[in-house]
Amino acid sequence: MDRLLTVTTLLSIALILLVLFSVRRSHIRVEYSVSWLAASIALLILSRSHGLLTWIANFLGLSDPPLALILIVFGLFLVVFYRFSVIISDLKDANIAMAQRLAILEFQLQSRHESD
Amino acid sequence: MKPAFGPNDFLIVIPAFNEEGAIAGVVKEINRVLPEAPVLVIDDCSEDGTKYVAKGAGADVLGLPYHLGLGGCVQAGYKLAFELGYDFVIRVDGDGQHDPADIPRVLETLRASGCQMVIGSRFYNHDGPHTSRVRALGILLFRAILRPILGKPVQDPTSGFVGVNRQALEVFTRSFPLEYPEIETLVVLQRKRFKFQEIACHMRPRQAGRSSITPVKSLYYIVHVLLGVFVNILKFDSRRRKN
Repeated sequence: MDRLLTVTTLLSIALILLVLFSVRRSHIRVEYSVSWLAASIALLILSRSHGLLTWIANFLGLSDPPLALILIVFGLFLVVFYRFSVIISDLKDANIAMAQRLAILEFQLQSRHESD
Repeated sequence: MKPAFGPNDFLIVIPAFNEEGAIAGVVKEINRVLPEAPVLVIDDCSEDGTKYVAKGAGADVLGLPYHLGLGGCVQAGYKLAFELGYDFVIRVDGDGQHDPADIPRVLETLRASGCQMVIGSRFYNHDGPHTSRVRALGILLFRAILRPILGKPVQDPTSGFVGVNRQALEVFTRSFPLEYPEIETLVVLQRKRFKFQEIACHMRPRQAGRSSITPVKSLYYIVHVLLGVFVNILKFDSRRRKN
C-alpha cells in the first residue's frame, strides 16, 4: 500500500507541476486548469493521509484502502471529463452559430456589392 | 438575393456537399418549373466545385466557412431566409432525387392547410422506389417509434423534401438538430404543438455522386437519432411539468 501511495503522491505532484507550467505557457487557460488542479490536490491529500483513506474505505465497505483510492481517482477524473464535455459542447454550439453568422454576413455583403 | 416580397414570399433552399455533378441540373430544373422563384444553395464547404457550378446555374450561394454537417447547413439557410423575411421555405436535396414539379404542391399545401410543416413523402402512395433495404428497415423502425410520440402516423420520416412556414422557421433558427435532422425535427415540432402534413411526391434516383450514409453509418444514424428523439421527449416532459 505504501508504494502505491508514494506513486500516487509523485503522480499528483507531476500533474500539478504540468498544469502550472501549461498555464504559464498559455497552453491551458486558467479557468480550465482549476478542475485539474483541484483533482490533483485532492489526490495528493488522500495519498498522504492514511487515516482518511482508511476511513473512506471503511465507509464505502471496502477491505483495501488502495481500492478506495482507485475509486476516488476514477470518480474525480470522471467529473473532470464530464465538465470538459459540457465545455466542448458549448464551444461547438457557439462555433457553429458563429460560422453560420459569418456565412450570412459575407452573403449579405456580397449581395450589396453586386446590387451597387 | 432580394428580401421576400409579393407572391415571392417563399425561398427554395438546397443544402449541398460535393454535389458538383448534380447541382446544376437541380437548379435549372427548379428554374424551369418556377422561373421567378429564388433559389439558395447552401454549400457545406464542398471539396469540389459545387459552389461555382451552382452560381453558374443561376442560384444564390451561401458558402459555409467549414463543413458543419447537414443540420448546421440547413439551419444556416433557415436563418438567412428568416432574416430576409420569407414566409415559406422549401428544402430540396442537391442530388436530384426530389422532383421540382412537386414544389408547387408542397407550397400550396403549406399555404392552404395552415400546417407548420409539409413533408414530401415517397411512401404516401405505398410505393417506395430508390430506397435501400437498410434505409427501408430504418424507416419502418422510426415509423413505429414516432407513431405514439406524434399521435399520428408518418410515412416518410427521413424525407429531406420539406416545406416549412415562418412559425417553424423561427423555431428552427433557434433550435435545430445538427446531424440527421429530419426525424428529430418532427419531435421538435410536436413539442411546440405544431402540425405537419405529408403529401405524395415522386422520388427519383440520385443524378450523380454517392449517398454519404454507408452501412456502418446507418447503424450510427439509428443510435444517434434514437438518442435525439429520447432527449427531445425529456425536454417535452420537463416543459409539461413546468406548465
